Amino acid sequence: MITSSPAGHPDSSARVSRLRPGSPRGVELTLLIGAGLLTTAAFGLAALATRSDTPPNVIPFLGLVLGLLGTAHVVVRRLAPMAEPTLLPLVAFLNGIGYVMIARLNENFAGRQSVWTLAGLVAFATTLVAFRDIRRLEQYRYLLALTGTALLLLPLLPIIGQEIRGARIWISLGLFTIQPGEFAKVVLTMFLAGYLVDKRELLTISTRRVAGLHVPDLRHFGPLGLAVAVALLVMVAERDLGSSLLFFTLFVVMMYLATSRLAYVLGGFGFFMAGSVVAYQMFGHVQRRVSAWLDPFADVNDSGFQVAEAAFAMADGGLLGTGLGEGTPDVIPAVTTDMIFAAIGEELGLVGAAAILVCFMLFVGAGFRVAMVASDPFEKLVAGGLTALLGFQVIVIVGGVTRLLPLTGVTLPFVSYGGSSLVANYVILAILIRISDSAVRRQPVTSSADPTYFGQ
Amino acid sequence: MIDRSLRRLLGVLLLSFGVLMVQVSRVQVLEAAELRNNPDNGRSILRDFNRPRGQILTSDGVVVAESESVFDSAFDYQRLYPEGALYAHSAGYYSFNLGASGVEKAYNDSLSGRSAELRLSGLNEFLGGAGQPGDVVMSISHALQSQAAELLGDRVGSVVMLEPDTGAIVALYSSPSFDPALLASHDGVAAEAASRALNTQKGNPRRPSAFADVYFPGSSFKVVTAAAILTTLGSPSAAGFDDTAVDPTNEYYPPLVSNRPIRNFGGRTCGGTLAEALATSCNTSFAYLAAERVGPDAMVDTAQAFGFNEELPLDIGGAVASVFPTDYGEQLRAPSEEVPAGVYANSAVLAQAALGQNSVAASPLMMSLVAAAVANGGLVPSPHVVSKVLSGDGTIVETVEPEPWRTAMAPDTALELRAMMKLAVTDGTAKQLQTPGLELGAKTGTAQVGEDLESSHAWVIGFAGDKGFAPDIAFAVFVAADADRPNQTGGGTAVPIARELVSSYFGLL
Repeated sequence: MITSSPAGHPDSSARVSRLRPGSPRGVELTLLIGAGLLTTAAFGLAALATRSDTPPNVIPFLGLVLGLLGTAHVVVRRLAPMAEPTLLPLVAFLNGIGYVMIARLNENFAGRQSVWTLAGLVAFATTLVAFRDIRRLEQYRYLLALTGTALLLLPLLPIIGQEIRGARIWISLGLFTIQPGEFAKVVLTMFLAGYLVDKRELLTISTRRVAGLHVPDLRHFGPLGLAVAVALLVMVAERDLGSSLLFFTLFVVMMYLATSRLAYVLGGFGFFMAGSVVAYQMFGHVQRRVSAWLDPFADVNDSGFQVAEAAFAMADGGLLGTGLGEGTPDVIPAVTTDMIFAAIGEELGLVGAAAILVCFMLFVGAGFRVAMVASDPFEKLVAGGLTALLGFQVIVIVGGVTRLLPLTGVTLPFVSYGGSSLVANYVILAILIRISDSAVRRQPVTSSADPTYFGQ
Repeated sequence: MIDRSLRRLLGVLLLSFGVLMVQVSRVQVLEAAELRNNPDNGRSILRDFNRPRGQILTSDGVVVAESESVFDSAFDYQRLYPEGALYAHSAGYYSFNLGASGVEKAYNDSLSGRSAELRLSGLNEFLGGAGQPGDVVMSISHALQSQAAELLGDRVGSVVMLEPDTGAIVALYSSPSFDPALLASHDGVAAEAASRALNTQKGNPRRPSAFADVYFPGSSFKVVTAAAILTTLGSPSAAGFDDTAVDPTNEYYPPLVSNRPIRNFGGRTCGGTLAEALATSCNTSFAYLAAERVGPDAMVDTAQAFGFNEELPLDIGGAVASVFPTDYGEQLRAPSEEVPAGVYANSAVLAQAALGQNSVAASPLMMSLVAAAVANGGLVPSPHVVSKVLSGDGTIVETVEPEPWRTAMAPDTALELRAMMKLAVTDGTAKQLQTPGLELGAKTGTAQVGEDLESSHAWVIGFAGDKGFAPDIAFAVFVAADADRPNQTGGGTAVPIARELVSSYFGLL
């Protein structure tokens, strides 16, 4: 029974961290060790395989990745001791398996990915240190909107803006390139949360009717709609289909979370359909994607190649997979980034692919639990929005890889190669952990010893 | 209020994940076979070229094909053929650009470790990997195979030796041959250039002529005709028919409905009993008996009972059908005392076909099966070059079971024919085959090609065994007509090759 005063004080957090084995951090550590062992075993198998590019000298990088995840645990112990204990181990597992796949596919990427993991962990710790209370961000919502839009616009600038494979979503910073859009998504989610918390009641009660439908007051919806429209236009201009799709989904989801009104979802869906038709008419690359989705085998050597090769790879994997390093996922274009799920399906089989999906389901479940346990509406919206963003991103890319949806280039969070995505996702993780820690601390003392996260 | 929306949203997300799960299962398991068999799917080939592949060995343990790990190449493993051209038509080749042939193709699943037996035998399967590659052991003996190649030399021809009871082939060589390494090169451009060069080369070395080409069998076909005569008319020894009906002084046989007489080799006169006629390869006897006593239906039935007009069930595939004509026109006269078989518009064609001429065409493998059927109590065995498949650690995972393919004739008939063929060795055209301690039966063939009487295919088919025992081995030796080598005959050209090989088989040399 913990009888400490309300947490948040360094002394009390130190004491809380020495809880009995059933404590959140104890569970987290146990799960982390499990994830670390799985990653190490997978890495060993990949290194032993005949077809793997994994050379022995990548092992220090593996050590670095594992060490970083251990450090993350210590950071959480110090800075957010009452936080939800499954989020970090799930991320550790996803990041670890992703790292092993990347190392197995391309040894150069492995080194860089471990550096990006370091950057991600730094961002994670920095977020936890800098934001002791997420609620404080609420008041900066317009600054957040500006920051988000500015980040989105960066790639359009001359000199630093870069166009890679038809999408102008990169900026070059000398040694490396980053995708500011990945960070913009997080910042804009916070803006949406802040704006909607402020205006949700006004948006819920509509005073006007147009053609029999309730529509929100333009005074309240206008600025929001404008901001979203600008963001979407920028993404479309950058030819970042995946991000625009995701951001629009996020917007609709946040509107729904804030107002509980299905009308926004239906309206959003209608808008989405109209937008899709326009995009299809306007852009050749959209048409190619759609035709590759409808029948990837019709033009298997050109537009359908990527999707068809992904399907062939996963079919090769079957139930149990070819074994790590025993398949030939290298033939799939963009296999380390957008298509990494197909490589996992090939080498780890349906079992491995399902394990990845289950991890994401657990992550989404844990994220929503954080949102529900949070007492503050802003925190609820931030946690729910960020979790939904990540969840929909998984659905969009896995659906694209498996021909359920048209393929749009987004990463598989924590798994794909790519620094910006990894760092941004670690920021999301830090925010979720911070919100969950705050929620438990703010609860009455009596229930803090029996954290809500157990036995559910 | 937000909580209720959160719960609903979570429901939507988890439902979507469920749909994803179903879709992933469809791609990876339910539709996997369809995707793997998609003609645009080049992955299985690519994967096989990046994995070790089993060896192909001869029955005496010589490695004919093996995989070597290579670096700085398009693929991780290079297929090597240490015996060069010797096994190009049996073991075959394995090429990324040009596909595969022979054992490499027919036993691809075993060699690549994909067969069910190999997958189950390997623990690797549990770790999610493919099975261990298996080794394929052929029934071909390296000693006999190299000797066959040596004996044929630069002549165009084929040697087939097989066990009559099991169908296990111990020698299968066609000359000219080629080095499979040329086609197995990882350099696709070089491989395709080599392929084009081989295709335009004289004698078409890529074709496994022993079973993929057919030739006039000439008099060696008389074994089939004799079987038809015995089957239709009964055994002469049992007084089934008077086989001395043909006057041995006949110089020629005048076919029905034709004015082109059939003569004997060298213009000789011959005849006598059926055994004598076979031993001396008497054209006039066989032409008469087939055309006027046996008739078209019975001749066609027997030829097809041996396996003519049907693809041969060789385990590595590609064994073409040998041809015996089936159309002899309308019946002009019903069977009578004078012509018991009846007279047909094309009875003259039948008289020629009975001698392995006209449009009869047989592969050397087919003719070896004819000899095998005689040696094997009338049963034609299923010919095969592979005897077993071993797993990586040497355990036998698959054994090829001998099974008869078809029944060519009754056992009695086969026994009688066997005796007749022995007569050809003791007293007939194949005397040179006589080998002390062995009992052989044979039939030679010298088939004129076109109008050029100087140029002939030379054949010998037969069997050999220890005295008083059933034959252990059947063979067909074929040397193609060659304008530069006039006066080739079955007895003079093919028999010496067969003699050497039979002696080697029984360890007499």
